[in-house]
Amino acid sequence: MRFATAIIIGAGQSGLAMSWHLSARSIDHVVLERGEVANSWLTERWDSLRLLTPNWQTRLPGYAYSGDDPDGFMTMPDVVRFLQRYAGVSSAPIVTGARVSLVRQQEGGYEVETNLGHWRCRKLVIASGACNLASIPPLRARLPAKVTSLTPLQYRNPGLLPDGGVMIVGASASGIQLAREIRATGRRVVVCVGEHVRMPRTYRGRDIQWWMDVIGAMDVRYDTMVEDIERARRLPSLQLIGTPERVTVDLNSLREAGVELVGRIVGLGDGKAQFSGSLANHCALADLKMNRLLANIDDWVITSGLVQQFPEPHRFKPTDVGSETRLGLDLIEAGIGSVIWATGYRADYSWLDVPVLDRKGRIRHDGGIAAAPGMYVMGLPFMRRRKSSFIDGAGDDAADLAAHLSQNLNRAAA
Amino acid sequence: MTVTTSVEAKVNNGVNVDALLGARTALEQAPEAAQFRWRANCEWVNGTHSRSAIGGFFGLGAEQSRNKTFTVEADHPQIFASEDFAPTPVELVLSGLASCLTAGVAAIAQRRGIQLHSVKATLEADMDIQGILGIDDEVRNGFGAIRVHFEIRADAKEDDIKALVAQSQKRSAVFDIVTNPTNVFVTVN
Repeated sequence: MRFATAIIIGAGQSGLAMSWHLSARSIDHVVLERGEVANSWLTERWDSLRLLTPNWQTRLPGYAYSGDDPDGFMTMPDVVRFLQRYAGVSSAPIVTGARVSLVRQQEGGYEVETNLGHWRCRKLVIASGACNLASIPPLRARLPAKVTSLTPLQYRNPGLLPDGGVMIVGASASGIQLAREIRATGRRVVVCVGEHVRMPRTYRGRDIQWWMDVIGAMDVRYDTMVEDIERARRLPSLQLIGTPERVTVDLNSLREAGVELVGRIVGLGDGKAQFSGSLANHCALADLKMNRLLANIDDWVITSGLVQQFPEPHRFKPTDVGSETRLGLDLIEAGIGSVIWATGYRADYSWLDVPVLDRKGRIRHDGGIAAAPGMYVMGLPFMRRRKSSFIDGAGDDAADLAAHLSQNLNRAAA
Repeated sequence: MTVTTSVEAKVNNGVNVDALLGARTALEQAPEAAQFRWRANCEWVNGTHSRSAIGGFFGLGAEQSRNKTFTVEADHPQIFASEDFAPTPVELVLSGLASCLTAGVAAIAQRRGIQLHSVKATLEADMDIQGILGIDDEVRNGFGAIRVHFEIRADAKEDDIKALVAQSQKRSAVFDIVTNPTNVFVTVN
């Protein structure tokens, strides 16, 4: 049995940022990593994926992108190299290949079981990610045996898909990106569209992430929200793709490329899928929401007095899904060979034997301070700030939580 | 903040939003109380004419009674060789959809501090009656499409009014019922 004052589970951007802040406070700790540094980025992403945030926004405490393409988007090998270099320069005390199998509460702390032995700690930081498992609706069980079922965590590239058309369930970041690249190979692609967040890649000459950063949207805190924070945390990911050409992918561009858009999947039986008639409203909601953001940006430009620096405001074409949207599809007859469930992700806490989960299996927390003594969590959507689940959000959250953790230790010592 | 509050205080669409929000907070803590059961009793009168009685329902963990029992009648028009004593059931579905969306618009407007002056909805639904007449099995019985048009006068910008209608659809029970499948179990005697 080994001991560390603090144990961080996971050596991704969150775990590494926390390690940096604990080191800065001379708090002895260890980072337990089930695989290699940046393991999810290395093993659970499709081949063509690039970050959805520009290079300049890839910044962590004491370390940032310094290449010659600040407006570009990192490929997954780039991200992995970036995080591995960060782990090196910050001398993070990482134990790789240590898969946590059980965490249980213990007098004054936690006991952590791994395949490399047991640890004890006083403080536990869960930085194991928010997207370990694909969330799949229960109706997947009724998919015909002939149709292959995949999640974006398993998908690699169109060439590895079974023959035939592809039905993609979900039109957030994963769904629209996969639809685009699979359709480009000439396959039939049907996308089931529910609630989504439409977002242009660029607006008035700047990347949309630049705008959200500069107007302060990314720094909005969880405890100063006017709207319902739980709703903000459940918001689907932005419809964005990172490409060297900085293209915008939205439902209009997918439809023009020949992708068939249908409503949310609401039924499956006898090989037939049923879709909701709510597609038009989901698109209307997304258009209105996008326009509210663009109006906020326009307001900011006027208030800032920088009108001369940016091109004129404009609005994008409303989403047009036509009036002939199909409500059903016989998957076999339509030649659908695979279904990809791009229906979101959730964290895996199967190893966490501490009564800290809510009825939906999520850690109960207040801005990352978990509802169990000395336990912290990181990297969840809108955990402390809108940017909490972004690479760029790890630093500020880690600073706050490390300060809390440290104060907590001192209080216990006094 | 004070400005927003004083504006909201002046807005009155006749919806008690505080009570609704209070109920939402309470039900988040006690999801079992959120299980409701709605009821209707229908009796055949004559021909295609029938009369439904709508009274009690189950919710918040108990039987809920009302001060009175409502009646809703339905019939078919004379071109179907009926007496036309009342609207057809499919027209009642349209009315139900309109009322549900309209109630939503009022509640959301109240919550967002938007004073409504008038809300009018016009509904239209297509139906190929070859389906109900059994002429063509490939034609469904129900609506081919429903179109709803809202005319809303309110103290708000056009996009904010559109957002009321969009959010109302997102939270509408009847909109969900007509756009998504539901298992229906029918028994006899």
